[in-house]
Amino acid sequence: MSRHLLSINDLDRAGIERILGRAESFAEVSGREIKKVPTLRGRTIVNLFFEASTRTSSSFELASKRLSADLVSIKEQGSSAEKGESLKDTIQTLSAYDPAAIVIRSPHVGAAALVARWTSASVINAGDGKHEHPTQALLDLYTLRRRVGSLEGVKLWIVGDVMHSRVARSNVLAFGRMGCEVTVCGPPTLIPPGFEALGCRVRHSLDDLGEADVVYALRMQRERMTGSFVPSLREYAARFQIDRHRLRGHQLLMHPGPINRGVELSAEVIDSPQALITRQVESGVVVRMAVLYELLTGGPPPGETVAGVPENASDEATEPQPA
Amino acid sequence: MLVRGARLLDPRGRIDRTGDILVARGAIAQVGDAGTLEPPPGAEEVDAEGLLALPAFVDPHVHLRTPGREDEEDIASGTRAAAAGGFCAILAMPNTEPVVDSAPVLRSLQERACAEACIPTGFLAAITRGQEGELLTEMGELADAGAVAFSDDGLPVRSAGVMRQALQYQRLSGGVLALHEEDPTLSGDGVMHEGTVSALLGLAGIPSVSESTMVARDAQLAGDEDARIHIQHLSARGSVEAVEAAKAAGVRISAEATPHHLLLTDDDVRSLDTNFKMNPPLRSEDDRQAIVDGLRSGTIDCVATDHAPHAREEKEQPFELAPMGVTGLETAFAALHSGLVEPGVIPLETLALRLTSGGEPFGIAAPSLAPGSPANVCLIDLDAGWEVGDPGYESRSSNCAFAARRLKGRVRMTIAGGAVAYRERSFAIGAV
Repeated sequence: MSRHLLSINDLDRAGIERILGRAESFAEVSGREIKKVPTLRGRTIVNLFFEASTRTSSSFELASKRLSADLVSIKEQGSSAEKGESLKDTIQTLSAYDPAAIVIRSPHVGAAALVARWTSASVINAGDGKHEHPTQALLDLYTLRRRVGSLEGVKLWIVGDVMHSRVARSNVLAFGRMGCEVTVCGPPTLIPPGFEALGCRVRHSLDDLGEADVVYALRMQRERMTGSFVPSLREYAARFQIDRHRLRGHQLLMHPGPINRGVELSAEVIDSPQALITRQVESGVVVRMAVLYELLTGGPPPGETVAGVPENASDEATEPQPA
Repeated sequence: MLVRGARLLDPRGRIDRTGDILVARGAIAQVGDAGTLEPPPGAEEVDAEGLLALPAFVDPHVHLRTPGREDEEDIASGTRAAAAGGFCAILAMPNTEPVVDSAPVLRSLQERACAEACIPTGFLAAITRGQEGELLTEMGELADAGAVAFSDDGLPVRSAGVMRQALQYQRLSGGVLALHEEDPTLSGDGVMHEGTVSALLGLAGIPSVSESTMVARDAQLAGDEDARIHIQHLSARGSVEAVEAAKAAGVRISAEATPHHLLLTDDDVRSLDTNFKMNPPLRSEDDRQAIVDGLRSGTIDCVATDHAPHAREEKEQPFELAPMGVTGLETAFAALHSGLVEPGVIPLETLALRLTSGGEPFGIAAPSLAPGSPANVCLIDLDAGWEVGDPGYESRSSNCAFAARRLKGRVRMTIAGGAVAYRERSFAIGAV
């Protein structure tokens, strides 16, 4: 596995399987009273969030703490970036603390990849502009696999503002890699031309939504309304809202959060048993523990079972790796 | 000075022979068979055997960043970079700080150029005051003060009404209008070409029609006013077609293309290297092909570098934040020779023609090797391979689109107006 997780493209199917398997073993730990393992004791993880985030930043924090790492969390507000420090200088400053990993969320495409050039730490992309959000895709895979078993051949429809969604990009790649058939659906103004190249079909109406096994709704950002991407939220909701009429009984519903109730999803489907939305949030911690573990310990030596590691983390695995 | 034994190639003058060039009093005094010319007493002799002697190049599109951003480029460094690329003359764009939109600013630049420039440098003035697209500059006074042409380069003249008035006023002021064609309502907050790669990267795209619709608009306006326009840095197939159609319809229009649009595509942007960020953006392979075809056929009259230096700290940012523009003076010939001539896409003669004709749209004659012409010559080693950026740049900035590439074809010496404007260091030692 690559030293960094910048894009789903850094992972092949086996790499994804390994992380999902690792997350399952961490899920067992999460069920215990003491949820901590000593794996990353003495190592430092920097959480660097240049954009508002509740789920991603808190779950990375919890994941780091449950692996016993020392955590430094930095938000743009109150940081030197606010005083005009460049990203490069921020990274070089933080790298002086010799962190094992830097988790970065940025409003700019490619920011994580840039950071990876400027530091010897492992870099985890926690969202770079509209580009990618690989750990979200991994936790989505994890959540769905827990529910349905195998992902092979699952028909997934991603509905909504695809253009402005890093979740859509990472999920098309990730679900495609695991053998799912992915369709993206939304108004033509919100799906960039050429999007099929990611490996999905493009549809502009929900007429065929019935074929989907899983409906993945994207957040429709109210601020997009100023750019006349859609004429009105009312018309958008009329055409693309997932409600109890459109969501069939056999379908599962996912959403990365935060939800606009009454826009992309109606209240009754959010609260229905078909919705995996709170499961997705729960999965965030164990999947991010698994990602940190895989990147920072280099994974188990060949032959070692995945399930056994968190319980009796070997000395090898807890030794700091040379950067 | 006597240049001995080079291959002399001047397609415009139908010269292609091995021979000697005698330069005296700023002009090409004599051309003769190799070994037949004798240097006057005390004149320097340059052994150019195995080198190619071309008429030196003219770049109609350079950003010298002076006044305002002398940290990125100044007149001395910019003209030195040009001479190192084989250019004997350049035209500088007026989008400086302040904008060149008044005669005093223009005159101060001309004075500085007299003192600092190592090759002749012409200055364009803005079409509209402050390049704001609303009020015409004092085009008459600016033309009288020596503005070579007018341009709001970096920005389009958004309003068709203002554009029409500028075209009408040209009848009084003279001066070609050099146009940066872009519809800002179509470009939006785009940072690269709109296509598959922008979709993959999640970057906002600039569609090709943002340029081509404006080329078509201005070609029609110019035709209607019988005005003279020059289209800058064509990037899209539709733009080439619009220029071709306008030429066929008798519109007085010319066009330029840059080495980066002739050689690179949006596929290169996958790396998110900010040295591939410029405006207009690198477009699709189909667009690139159309630009190459246009250069070959002559629909595109000349090569222009759109040399646009930027400070390192500004380019060392995420792609969306980095400024648009790349340097290109020092690599233009080598990049085009390696990328188009060597693979047989266009003949060396065509490249020589398009690199030397950059002044023609503005009434500046193309350099020539014919006896009696001003001595504007560059000596090139076609077989010399080099890595761009090694050991450095003459330009103050290093944001070159071809950085770290291995190219073939190296300018050894540039003579501009009879004076040596550039001499490669190793070549100078060899000549001792």
